[in-house]
Amino acid sequence: MCGIAGLIHRGNTSNVGFELQGMLQALKHRGEDSTGYALYGKTDGENFIMRFKVGENVAEGSSSVKEDVSVYDERKKIVDSYLSELGAKVIKEDRILPYSLRYEIQYDKDLMEFSQKIESVEGVEILSMGKSLEVIKDLGNAEVVCNRYNLDKVVGTHAIGHARMATESGVDIKSAHPFWGYPFSDVSVVHNGQLTNYWNNRRVLENKGMRFMSECDSELIAVYLAEKMRNGATLEEGMKDSLVGLDGVFTYFVATKDSLGMAKDTMAAKPLVLYESDDLVAMGSEEIAIRSILPQEIETYDPFDGEVKVWQI
Amino acid sequence: MANLKTSEKKSKAQSMGLHTEVLTGKTQQKFFNPDEAENFYYFGTYDVDFNKRTEIDVKNMDCREANKKIDELMKDGYGTIVIKNPQGKHSLGVGILNKLNLIFEGSLGYFGCGSMDGPIVRINGRVGWSCAENMMAGKVVIEKNAGSCFGAAIRGGDLICKGSVGARTGIDQKGGTIIIGGDAGAFTGFMMQRGRIIILGDVGINLGDSMYDGTIFVGGKIGSFGSDAVEAELTDSDQDWLKRKLKVAEIGENFDVSKMTKVVAGKKLWNYDALEPTEKKGAI
Repeated sequence: MCGIAGLIHRGNTSNVGFELQGMLQALKHRGEDSTGYALYGKTDGENFIMRFKVGENVAEGSSSVKEDVSVYDERKKIVDSYLSELGAKVIKEDRILPYSLRYEIQYDKDLMEFSQKIESVEGVEILSMGKSLEVIKDLGNAEVVCNRYNLDKVVGTHAIGHARMATESGVDIKSAHPFWGYPFSDVSVVHNGQLTNYWNNRRVLENKGMRFMSECDSELIAVYLAEKMRNGATLEEGMKDSLVGLDGVFTYFVATKDSLGMAKDTMAAKPLVLYESDDLVAMGSEEIAIRSILPQEIETYDPFDGEVKVWQI
Repeated sequence: MANLKTSEKKSKAQSMGLHTEVLTGKTQQKFFNPDEAENFYYFGTYDVDFNKRTEIDVKNMDCREANKKIDELMKDGYGTIVIKNPQGKHSLGVGILNKLNLIFEGSLGYFGCGSMDGPIVRINGRVGWSCAENMMAGKVVIEKNAGSCFGAAIRGGDLICKGSVGARTGIDQKGGTIIIGGDAGAFTGFMMQRGRIIILGDVGINLGDSMYDGTIFVGGKIGSFGSDAVEAELTDSDQDWLKRKLKVAEIGENFDVSKMTKVVAGKKLWNYDALEPTEKKGAI
């Protein structure tokens, strides 16, 4: 069982970091192994924000191991040298935790080539790459992660997040949601459910050159949509296609720089409650997530089976 | 426990075609004999006065505190209790085995009013998944929408949602009546065994999938029929019952019930009782 939440302010910005923290914390009983945020903040629109990790934070069942900070330092040095080789200019760098970094980068070439080069460094994973998107994920509940990364002041238009109870894979950052829609800038995905044709799809997509960083079935959604979009599909087309292409039970959210979408499988086996108004859409696995930001009486509903919806900012 | 023989005479519900099974073997044992009522102690039941009314604000309570408070108030004789600020909390109003007017001023989360036996509940908001699950008797009216598994496994009572409901409404339903004013999602009436479901709006795919018995009435479009769900003739007595039920439920009083579709079980599913080896039955 996991919990997902998302919100989009249409035509406005808000303190989305704080709001999403409240929504995810309300769902902490659905899982607090790890929590992840995909926040779409205000940027100047020119530089990329790269969130990446040079090591793991590991707990039960993880296939990764905890390493010494000196190993992280060494990896960071290699990443810096690769960035220089790629022609990427680091405008600003923050090392939030020994293993977690945030770079503001000037770069105007192919993102796939860029990502492959950076992630060729052992133990390095790009959590997100975007001009608006920042993915932050770590072990612990929403409040713990929010405080650790100072997310409650982040202002933006929309956000999606995930409170995870590990079932099919270990407790570590690489298996935590949201997943970046590699290699697309500003695409992120969170998922509640299980995908039963994960390995079939993974093999096919890997043969097409797509990359998987974890053993978590949910990552498939991000890769699946990214591959559809790479072949010219719109986000909504890719999502509708996923209702047939993905087998299992799922409700997932996907966000891009200017939109937020949801899809629910044809069995409607995973919960989702939705609130929709002219200036705000808020949704979550349970109504209490929405109530954390809208305590007053509101109209909410469960989307039906096989529904796909996309909202623009 | 009394061991009574089931009457061979057809009940009115059977004559209407609402269920046709004849109970045999262990299932004909009745676990309660009204004649012996004085010898029973009913846990969690109190004498209450419907005119004695009070309010509770549960904004800062968890579900255990709130439910305990309701129990204490019933013990004090309160027959009408208004719950303020439920704010989507789970498991509120669960396990009430008493006559009571219970009014929620707001929305509930999962398992609201589950396993109850007797109260009349009005929810001026929405409910999450599995509302009134395992309800034995009573009446629950929801003014807005409801989530999935609405009325799962209810055995009796009336469960009314004036808005739309999610998937698997009436899953494993064993009795009672579920009435939906709006639309219903996929797998409505999934594996239902008895009771009735009325949907005034449209219904999703796989309606009545694997239903064993019971009846579903649909006013709008049907996405598709589930395995072993079949259309049946809508009789005059069906229409009379529907009109009466919708009127009592304060929902769709002027709805044209003559155009409703009646769905029942085709009775071609596996019958585990028939397939069970005789020697194994003997061992039980």
